[in-house]
Amino acid sequence: MSTEQPPAIGAADAFGAPPALVRLDGVARSFPGATTVLALRDVDMVIHQGDYVSIMGPSGSGKSTLLNVLGLLDRPTVGRYELDGVDTAPLKDRDRTRLRGRRLGFVFQAFHLLARRSVLENVALGMTYSGVPRGQRRGRAWRALERVSMTHRASFYPTTLSGGERQRVAVARAVAGEPALLLADEPTGNLDAATSAEVLELLEDLNRSGLAIAVVTHDPEVSAAARRRFAMRDGRLREEP
Amino acid sequence: MIRPRGDRFGARDLFGESVRGLAGRPGRLALTALAVVLGIGSLTATVGFAQTGARQLEATFNAVDAVHGVVRPAEQDYGAAGAQAVLPWDGDQTAARLNGVEAAGLVTEIELTAPVIAAAPVHDPMAPPTRAPGVMAATPGLLDAVSGTLGQGVWLTGFHEQAALPVAVLGRDAATLLGVTRVDNQPSVFIDERSYTVVGILDRVERVSGLLNAVIVPQSTARAVFGLAAPGGLQVKVALGAGPMVGEVITTALSPNDPSGFEVSMPLPPSKVRQQVTADVNSLFVILGLVALAIGAVTIAVVTSLSVIERRGEIGLRRALGATRLNVALQFVAESAVVGLLGGLTGAAAGVFATVGLAAARQWTPVLDLRLVGAAALTGCLVGVLAGLTPAIRAANLEPATALQEGA
Repeated sequence: MSTEQPPAIGAADAFGAPPALVRLDGVARSFPGATTVLALRDVDMVIHQGDYVSIMGPSGSGKSTLLNVLGLLDRPTVGRYELDGVDTAPLKDRDRTRLRGRRLGFVFQAFHLLARRSVLENVALGMTYSGVPRGQRRGRAWRALERVSMTHRASFYPTTLSGGERQRVAVARAVAGEPALLLADEPTGNLDAATSAEVLELLEDLNRSGLAIAVVTHDPEVSAAARRRFAMRDGRLREEP
Repeated sequence: MIRPRGDRFGARDLFGESVRGLAGRPGRLALTALAVVLGIGSLTATVGFAQTGARQLEATFNAVDAVHGVVRPAEQDYGAAGAQAVLPWDGDQTAARLNGVEAAGLVTEIELTAPVIAAAPVHDPMAPPTRAPGVMAATPGLLDAVSGTLGQGVWLTGFHEQAALPVAVLGRDAATLLGVTRVDNQPSVFIDERSYTVVGILDRVERVSGLLNAVIVPQSTARAVFGLAAPGGLQVKVALGAGPMVGEVITTALSPNDPSGFEVSMPLPPSKVRQQVTADVNSLFVILGLVALAIGAVTIAVVTSLSVIERRGEIGLRRALGATRLNVALQFVAESAVVGLLGGLTGAAAGVFATVGLAAARQWTPVLDLRLVGAAALTGCLVGVLAGLTPAIRAANLEPATALQEGA
């Protein structure tokens, strides 16, 4: 099926729509070993600017591998991955890293906040490697905290925050560098129902302001919040109606 | 496509991230740096002790050995055929003209059989026998040639010498012995009932300490009165380092026909003195310092490795945020370099304090090459860099996806 589609690099596709933010074309990822594990099989996926997609599946279904591929943390064994119209296959590690730093934002289940840095510093860290001039980082970090309503905790340390607050700080860090796509890996996995709802609301707000979001989860409620839902099973991806 | 321009992760970011990475664990930082502190400290202190000691010895040599030389007729048995070499009467002036000679003076001990030396002309046979001062003949240049200082009055002058006047300078001890305490009232001393006017009292000399216990008369006076046969020795003061050069030419200048008839003792140049002392540096301390430094390097390497394992999550996060492998490696190298630098600075400071303390205890002048102190601190930094390389490479090679998962 992939052979039928002409490669559209950085150009509007046949229907005149804006170029896809993400285009996966026949992507597979296998992990060699005693028995080779096929984590992704022939995955096709398109994410447009402003999209809000969820990828749901049981653990071991390959959804984390897919997220790593989307996040340029892993390379597909087979297939083609275009991010923002750029074919990522020929990129060297350096360029992939740079692209990742500038175009992608990450939110993790485990937050990954640095315990010995204040909230503001943690958010500013998100821009340290992404080409934001040093003098602008704190100001932009502050505005990012405003977007997640966490400015009142700016000078706090992450260890003194609740789980929901931590995840909001992590979201602020992810969006401070103004990425094109926010990748969230089980963003509510460590949160209770009430704070989960808060975080989901936050993601929806961000999406409404134009940010494309891809959420990986095994929680149907989280998945339901997205506008397009994908299901993952045994390495195969299927879009749900 | 993304181009590598723009305001990227620079040296300031790197330094900031490393310092903050370390500042989070001050206790660990201190313990890690401790071995480097000990190593650099003992090395700095060892060098400091050596330099201070060398300077001290050199100062001693400067005052006495490094500038003072002497020429004497060789004491050889020539038998019937040969004749004893003899210093010329004006040998002091000949020597003074030589390049590198700052002062020269002849000095001769006059041996009198049972001399009567007193401050009063009356010989009292009932007086208890006292220790008699010696009698010596000297030329005007001798005072400077032995680095002498006068307590009172003046030294023998060229005029005294030319006119063979009956004047005398008393050595400090001789003056005490003779009961002469001041010279402004022109006291006299009597040697075998001949009177000499005391013009000065010699307080200190660096050479020919016998002068302090002698009645010193002009050489010409001694020749006339005591029939002096020949000068006993020539004392010279040379410019620092000029000793060997002067030693080569002085005998020929004094006696062109028989330059080998003299015993010459000239000071070593100070560089040789320094070399001798530096060779005596206590190598044990150097070895101890190096061992401590090696332990420091291993400690930093181990602690940095632990830190890499502990901070896998952070490493993964940084990679996700756009840090390259090089950024990550440099951060860990920079952190261990800062640990090494702090250890080096603290150690260098400790070494300086130890040197100053030792010098103060012995009332020496502390001497320490400041460039060396800087080099010591930088050595600590270098140790840190080397120790941090392996863990840093390990950190850079972590797969970000795995690091994020395992470090959660």
